[in-house]
Amino acid sequence: MTQMESLWRHGIKTGFIGAVTVVLLALIGMVEAFSQRDIIAGVISMGHALLLVIAIFMGYIAAKRTALSGIGSTLINSVVSGVIIAGSLVLLILLGSWVNLRSIFMNASPALYSLLTFGIEFKNGWTFLLLAGALCGLVAGLLYQSFPTFRRILITSLSSVIIAGVLQDMLRPTLSAWGPISVISDWLFSSNGLSLSGAITLCLVIAVILFIWFQKRDILRTRFSRLPSSGQRTLRMAGYVLLVGIFLVLPQVLGLFLSEVLTIVGLYVLLGLGLNIVVGYAGLLDLGYVAFFAIGAYVTAILTSPELGFFSLTFWQALPFAVILGLLSGVILGVPVLKMRGDYLAIATLGFGEIIRILVLSDFLRPWLGGAQGIGRIPKASIGGYEFATPQQIYYLILAGCAFVIFISLRLKDSRLGRAWKAMREDEDVAQAMGINLVATKLLAFATGAGFSALSGAIFASKLSSVYPHSFNVMISINILCLIIVGGMGSIPGVIVGAVALVGLPELLREFAEYRLLVYGAALVAMMLLRPEGLWPEVLHLRELQDAQSSSADSETPAPSGARI
Amino acid sequence: MAILSAEKMTKRFGGLLAIQELDIAIIENSIHSIIGPNGAGKTTFFNCVTGFYRPEEGRINFNSHNLVGLTPDRVVRLGIARTYQNIRLFPNLTALENILVGLHSHLKAGFFGIVVGLPSTRHEETEASKEAVRLLNFVRLEGKEDLLAKNLPYGDQRRLEIARALAARPKLLLLDEPTAGMNPRETQEMMDFIQHLRDALGITILLIEHQMRVVMGISETVTVLDYGKKIAEGTPDEIKSNPTVIEAYLGRGSAAEAR
Repeated sequence: MTQMESLWRHGIKTGFIGAVTVVLLALIGMVEAFSQRDIIAGVISMGHALLLVIAIFMGYIAAKRTALSGIGSTLINSVVSGVIIAGSLVLLILLGSWVNLRSIFMNASPALYSLLTFGIEFKNGWTFLLLAGALCGLVAGLLYQSFPTFRRILITSLSSVIIAGVLQDMLRPTLSAWGPISVISDWLFSSNGLSLSGAITLCLVIAVILFIWFQKRDILRTRFSRLPSSGQRTLRMAGYVLLVGIFLVLPQVLGLFLSEVLTIVGLYVLLGLGLNIVVGYAGLLDLGYVAFFAIGAYVTAILTSPELGFFSLTFWQALPFAVILGLLSGVILGVPVLKMRGDYLAIATLGFGEIIRILVLSDFLRPWLGGAQGIGRIPKASIGGYEFATPQQIYYLILAGCAFVIFISLRLKDSRLGRAWKAMREDEDVAQAMGINLVATKLLAFATGAGFSALSGAIFASKLSSVYPHSFNVMISINILCLIIVGGMGSIPGVIVGAVALVGLPELLREFAEYRLLVYGAALVAMMLLRPEGLWPEVLHLRELQDAQSSSADSETPAPSGARI
Repeated sequence: MAILSAEKMTKRFGGLLAIQELDIAIIENSIHSIIGPNGAGKTTFFNCVTGFYRPEEGRINFNSHNLVGLTPDRVVRLGIARTYQNIRLFPNLTALENILVGLHSHLKAGFFGIVVGLPSTRHEETEASKEAVRLLNFVRLEGKEDLLAKNLPYGDQRRLEIARALAARPKLLLLDEPTAGMNPRETQEMMDFIQHLRDALGITILLIEHQMRVVMGISETVTVLDYGKKIAEGTPDEIKSNPTVIEAYLGRGSAAEAR
């Protein structure tokens, strides 16, 4: 008996975690809300997909934990976890039919229960539900045992179907705006979700593409490495040019709404890259980062808006002032917190962020900063008659800003300064003993991050044509910090991935906005447990050491011949 | 001639006298050991020299500079580098990056030069990489440039830490228990290496050491501290037969026996 228990231990454990998750999701109404939308019309809704994904994922984890004890036991464990997850839902329904749970959980309605049993009456439904759970577990277990290539192809193609289904509202209008392609869209999508044939085709097409890619990948790689270095460089350049081209035509392809989402993501990328220098490189936990965003926006507003009537500069004339004042305020924040580390620094900077917001909101400064009404009529940026007014035009302004900031970040990353920041993050005392001037280095990190943030703020002000104090609350700082953590601390592509995942996706799924914070929290916890290095971690820079080594071999080195060490 | 000397240096922690009126002189190009029981003030002395602590009284002279009151980054620029009792590398940086941080004080690149990519900055950076590789080869860590410091084996970490200190091109190198946790063979290798360092680079080495074999084997001068006071100083042979030292280490009875 005890042996049986220990054999099933992992299945039971992961099963209970999954059970708690699905019951919670059901009770807060997420399953029901998601069921409004179908992924594949008439076959599976988003709500059911959510439950299935959780059951399969937990089954997979259970299988992974018992990987060493043979196929039989892996399968048993994953099935056990699946059954427990389904069983918890059965129990929930049973409980719900005896006690009225609705006085506590508004969403525990008969509609939810019928959803959970796939619309079948509970008498037969509960066996069906348990079977579905066991099946999910079995699938997960088999998936774990299958060949890695097959697994990756299957997972990627199925998840692309899910993604296509989730993002249907975005994809459909985008595709149908393109004359001939609109045929595809009509065929792929039905009125609610993908059509069944469309989903199968999409899945197959992606699977085939992946299959070919996995077959040819190594050949292509060796062929690439055999090319002369000039050829490699040309290919790389071509890749970059293609990438730039894609970014340039993107707003035209995507249309108004998606371009608007892209501009928001872009602003967060700018902010994220700035905070990435402060937190990711230099390890200074700054929770008042939104203050610099506010300073950039307000400086731009004061200098350009005719509403206040102090100045009426153009956006481009105001921009340098905004960035420079941002830099200076970074230094001003930095000076008092120089000696603080970790949690203390976080609290102090949090206070700074609030001070700026409250100052802007105050009646005392109203004649200069507009108070709660904010400042309006901020002119749009323009170059030679081309005005950055619509989201599609502002996109280019933000793209240029991002390119500029990414360039600076890349240059700094492996420089004397970037190394000094990273050394300071690792061990401040030793960094100082290596000759790093802590005061100057810290202030420079604060100032650089603040400058990026102020740049983002200036663009933000011109994008909205107005600034209000409530746009600059502490949630912005926390969002930016979250996207850095989820993307990968210190990683530039990580910031972009994090911004797309944590800012772009919620914008696309506006109808589920009430679950946004919940998903943030869950994503952070999941990241910490499963992938602490982030979605796209900083890759170790593998240097081409060949020439450095060969040239140092013949120079007069203090030869280690005498010592045996 | 003394490269480093302390005159009546006193360091207190609250009521505790960690170092009391210490007078010490380190001869240039020598290997000088500081020994003493736990809590004698050896590492405290290192911390005073390198600027981590500020002594309350007295002076510390290094090549006619007074070190008292300087911050650690200023001290290293004058030519004093150190290692730590418990290895303190930058764990999430690669071996090469660790050395490059050590070179920090000799590089000049500023924010503007880095962002614009000035030719002088780029040149400096390639030269720094070459020198870092050279130093890694010098401590027999060739081929481990891109490994994270935390993933290196213990012995490699010790040598990497010394290489990082050497990157600062010190005139005086402070080694805090360089053979801690090493087996006899590794200890012998480290002793040879320390002597080689001095001979090849012409630097002065001041070390804290607990293994008497090392102290007696390589030092030219030994200073013994006990309760923050200097109780003896001399050649290894003199120290070996000094009754005060034996007493401090082993207690009164053993001193009588040795006599």
